[in-house]
Amino acid sequence: MSVHQLTPLPVVIPLLTAAAIVITSFAPRRVHDVMATGAGLASAVLCAVLLAHAGERPIVEWLAGWHPHQGVAVGIALTVDQLGAGAALLAAVVLTAALVYSWTYFDDEVDVMVCALMLVLGAGLIGICLVGDLFTMIVFFVLTTVAAIGLTAVENEHSGPLQGAINFAVVNSIAGFSLLFGAALVYGRTGALNLAQVGMALGQHHADALVGVGLALLVFGLLTKAGAAPFHFWLPDAQAVAPTPVSAVFAGAMAPVALFGVARLLATAFAPSLASHESALRTVLVGVGAFTALLTAIACAEQRHIKRMLAFATASQVGAMLCGIGLLGDDALAGAALTAAGFGLAIAAMFGASGVLIRRFSSTDEFELRGCGRDLPLTTTTFVIGALVVASVPPAATFYGTWLIAEGARDVGYDWLPVVLALSAALTAGTILRVAARVFAGWGADAPAEPAVASEDRSQEQSSQEEEGDGATSPRPPRVLAIVPLLLVVAAVVLGAIPGFADSVQSGAAHFRDVHSYTGAVLAGRAPHYAAPSMPSLGAAPWLYAGATVLGALAVAAAGLRGRRLWPMPLVDGLRAAHSGHVGDYVVWWTFGMAALGGLVLWAVAG
Amino acid sequence: MSFLPFAVAAWLFVAGLYGVVTSRHLVHLAVCLTVMQSATYLALLSVGYVRHGSAPVYADISPVTTAVDPVVHALTMVDIVVEATVTALVLALAVQSMKRFGSVDPDRIRSLRG
Repeated sequence: MSVHQLTPLPVVIPLLTAAAIVITSFAPRRVHDVMATGAGLASAVLCAVLLAHAGERPIVEWLAGWHPHQGVAVGIALTVDQLGAGAALLAAVVLTAALVYSWTYFDDEVDVMVCALMLVLGAGLIGICLVGDLFTMIVFFVLTTVAAIGLTAVENEHSGPLQGAINFAVVNSIAGFSLLFGAALVYGRTGALNLAQVGMALGQHHADALVGVGLALLVFGLLTKAGAAPFHFWLPDAQAVAPTPVSAVFAGAMAPVALFGVARLLATAFAPSLASHESALRTVLVGVGAFTALLTAIACAEQRHIKRMLAFATASQVGAMLCGIGLLGDDALAGAALTAAGFGLAIAAMFGASGVLIRRFSSTDEFELRGCGRDLPLTTTTFVIGALVVASVPPAATFYGTWLIAEGARDVGYDWLPVVLALSAALTAGTILRVAARVFAGWGADAPAEPAVASEDRSQEQSSQEEEGDGATSPRPPRVLAIVPLLLVVAAVVLGAIPGFADSVQSGAAHFRDVHSYTGAVLAGRAPHYAAPSMPSLGAAPWLYAGATVLGALAVAAAGLRGRRLWPMPLVDGLRAAHSGHVGDYVVWWTFGMAALGGLVLWAVAG
Repeated sequence: MSFLPFAVAAWLFVAGLYGVVTSRHLVHLAVCLTVMQSATYLALLSVGYVRHGSAPVYADISPVTTAVDPVVHALTMVDIVVEATVTALVLALAVQSMKRFGSVDPDRIRSLRG
């Protein structure tokens, strides 16, 4: 049995297991837990096997044996290269960790549905990483949306989750429509859906307005799911109110996978036709990324609801990763991939750690929890290491990621970009440290005297727990809730410390962007001829960079603990007013973003 | 390929978007989403349309007959299934919202902000 035949299994196993769990819903919950975790684990192992075999050349599997006929794709291909298998592995690992976490997190009656929906969500995410076909990618995208709506609304007897789920459902459905519309335009032009075939067909002509519109609809549709500003408004709402393991999958897997989709489209279907428009397109994408990183970092620092704070931290890092992808260079893409690996694991871990607080103290409010976490050493460690990973401290995977993004930015003359990214990383890491210091050590000032604004911020997560007695301390939650996050965050550090890991991601990224080798391997089955990647050497700059980020983070944390604000109040009020929680407002922002940024893409491509 | 179907598709998309933005009722909002979705059906179908083409079922016609593109039909089918699922979910959320908030007006469903 060759490795080709394994390719569909990481998607098929979770989907079939989800169906089996629903069919056997009468069985005791332990059975479901074991089935779900086993399926997640099997998926992760298979993704690891694919990753190990994808180094030499991409694994191309034509489903049901519909091979290309004279260089024309007639079937549906799964195309697995190193970056794709790596992204799928990240999704599978985060999914499995979240499933293990769910063993003790949920009540018996919701557990069946959560297990099944989590597996469907995971299958969709893994699917996006493995497909070589535009429409299949969209199908998996929509599959994740549908499963995620259900998961956000698990606690639908409370108003917060209900509102979060409505906002998620509407904004992400519209994103799905925009993807479909874009795919229809691209198919109309090329008559092809296979990414390699689309790339070849589009590359035969100059890019024109139709290519620009198709690109904008596809890329910004995917970026809605990833959470780039101004498409991100649903993200803090949904991640703050979804059950904690679900939030961990949203932040640690869904956002990186959506960005992976963007990278895949840019590197295959649109690469040949956009080769001569790279610098204009780079300006647009990096602009969106840097704007997202900084804006959501400021919003992050203004939060006192811990999960909402972590959600904004996710969006901020999405901005940084988007910069890495948008720089359209091998090094920068490798940087984005390394950041995704390190940050994805770390943010999932921190969401998990916040779940311990929710279970124990029925609250996610930073000030209410002040000093409550003194006897939670594992959870404290998770938060602190997580903050350091965000601040790209060596040897975390994000250290190399940030360095490579900075390297890629310098190559194309974007010297300001590393400063912006360091600033936003310092803000988010500092905010996480501030929360950790206040909750786990009891440091810092009491709640500010203006709780009128902040009290509305609190999600319903706490009210969902309040039935058990307001403010009452529940018995110590099971240790697994603290251990799983700790393992995840340690993995984020260890990954970077593995010798050669960063190098192999770099060569993986260079192969990923080699569109000729990709097209040859998919359509003609040719062995790729990869150029030897040029590895930049690690100088002194990244150490200084990481040091500056950590110092900045400590300063931000200290200022936050003293209740100092680092920017003018009107900015904060404006941000709060924009995140209104009203689905109509969010769709207006989406429309505005699509019109303005789509216009810019059109200018970049066809102008 | 005529320009008209694409103009209609763009119109439906924008009209649906306007409906979603201004909606005061979640059921109305779900219907507006389906209007937007119909824009994608129309775009897909008009992409595959061939003038004087027959249905792409070759069981009883000559295999060289001109036919419309069956791929877009398959895509539209998938699209319809997806839309049905999303609509069902949004309607379920609307029912739940009526139970919890006593309202299906997005203006009144305000517990998250900032």
